[in-house]
Amino acid sequence: MGTITFVEYDGTTHEIELVDGSSLMQLATSNGVPGIDGDCGGEASCGTCHVIVDEAWAARTGTRSEEESQMIEMSPECAPNSRLACQITATPDLDGLTVRLPEFQM
Amino acid sequence: MTPIDTVLDQALTRVTDKVQATIPVDRQVRAAHLVKKAKRFAGLETPLVFTEEPIPDPADVPLTEIDLSNPFMNRQGKWYPYFARLRDEAPVHYLADSPFGPFWSITRYADIQAVDSNPKVFSAEPYIVLGQPPLEIEMFIAMDPPKHDVQRKAVQGVVAPRNLKEMEGLIRERVQEVLDSLPTDEPFDWVDRVSIEITGRMLATLLDFPYEQRRKLTYWSDTISGTAEGTGGTTHQDEMFAAGEELARSFVALWHDKAARRAAGEPDGFDLITLMQTSEDTKDLIKKPMEFLGNLTLLIVGGNDTTRNSMTGGVLALSQNPDQFEKLKADPSVIPNMVSEIIRWQTPLAYMRRVAKEDVHFGGQFIRKGDQVIMWYASGNRDERKFENPDAFLIDRPNARNHMSFGFGVHRCMGNRLAEMQLRILWEELLARFDRIDVVGEPEYVQSNFVKGYSKMMVQLTARSAPQESAEPAEEPAAA
Ligand code: FES
Repeated sequence: MGTITFVEYDGTTHEIELVDGSSLMQLATSNGVPGIDGDCGGEASCGTCHVIVDEAWAARTGTRSEEESQMIEMSPECAPNSRLACQITATPDLDGLTVRLPEFQM
Repeated sequence: MTPIDTVLDQALTRVTDKVQATIPVDRQVRAAHLVKKAKRFAGLETPLVFTEEPIPDPADVPLTEIDLSNPFMNRQGKWYPYFARLRDEAPVHYLADSPFGPFWSITRYADIQAVDSNPKVFSAEPYIVLGQPPLEIEMFIAMDPPKHDVQRKAVQGVVAPRNLKEMEGLIRERVQEVLDSLPTDEPFDWVDRVSIEITGRMLATLLDFPYEQRRKLTYWSDTISGTAEGTGGTTHQDEMFAAGEELARSFVALWHDKAARRAAGEPDGFDLITLMQTSEDTKDLIKKPMEFLGNLTLLIVGGNDTTRNSMTGGVLALSQNPDQFEKLKADPSVIPNMVSEIIRWQTPLAYMRRVAKEDVHFGGQFIRKGDQVIMWYASGNRDERKFENPDAFLIDRPNARNHMSFGFGVHRCMGNRLAEMQLRILWEELLARFDRIDVVGEPEYVQSNFVKGYSKMMVQLTARSAPQESAEPAEEPAAA
């Protein structure tokens, strides 16, 4: 039912099958995308699922909440489109989405 | 605020800033000490003293009287059974009276995570320990956003993963030096010769502190975090103030020395002082002495007890679980996961404190504005609702990374990656050298309700019988 692409910092891409209702963090960790840790289990409280959403998709994924900002803005790699992957829910609407990973999770 | 209040307030801030900036920080510490002493002589304050007595079994104590703040809980092996009872019977538990005043205990994983993630309602100010530390210093771990964020961002770069990559080789060298100096086949104190030694070397490196004096860092950290008033420890107030004064003087000197060396053309290093001096937000930190002192103390204490006790705890856990040690030797690629499991199993800091900023209903209880709320990480890490068979030490536990020893939310430990790296390197290097690491005799525990630590643990090492592939090639047999 579609795919979501995770691009590692070194350029390696992972095309993952989109599962409606799963968070991007769950999709990444259950498909072994390296570099997404998800230490808090998806509660927006550890900051280890940081991804950067492609500009063109920002409108569809929405922007980060205040709660997310508090975690992400502590990372030196924080970009305008930085999000916590656990806070983005996959829907058919996101088919074809690409997100990039920062060099490190904090 | 009325305009006149604002004017007064501003004037007061200006005066305080001026005083802070002009009076040397060690003198300020001394002044605080004198005030405390005067209060003591006048009988306004009595220092706390704790005497050890056997702690009864949890089943024999009425629920309302359970006191987790007893600094001998860990030493007597009682914390975990008490935590288990509270998780089942009173997960949000109120104790009306303790040497540290009344407080709430939060013991379930999910509840702790909820409190930790809600800094709007649960404030980290003004302290993160149960008691009242005699010396009031400012540190961002005990500040709420937005002030917290600014200060933390300014210093966290030093332990950012990018810097750590640069540092990995250096850390490994230091670990190798320490391990190569250890005796085999004879007992020695692991805490002193390995855990403290490695942690001290790391801290000295991070701060560019004189290497030969690194044990001072350990001493200051232990002394400052170990007062009876703060954590139920054994440090006398006077000793704590003396240590604070000495620490303040040393770091002010270190700061100026560094500035002079940089001005003379010394290239910038990867140490914290350089980082602070080159960052816009912190380059003038020396002019705010209490903040300066607070942040340095935080980095020293934060990097000291935690890593040290995980380095000891890991050896103890593997020694108690020989099957896990065999598993580790058969597959060293499990080390990173084991590091998380060690940090979960040990939980070097038992809790963090919050204060309710407003009346709040939580977990079926009514918490009032101003109440102390203790998040018991040590209990959350053993919560059977989150971890299957939580008391077992399993190096390949699937969700070991979900441990809460680093805390959650804006105060999540900023040294987490450094801690993981140090422990990973330690275990890689240990496996390369030793076949057995036996704990001989009962470990001795720190007296504290905050630090879950060891003061002594006798260990005996057995060298590897077969040389490892990656090791240096064996010497050529002598020619006949
Ligand atoms: S998994 Fe922890 S913030 Fe997303």
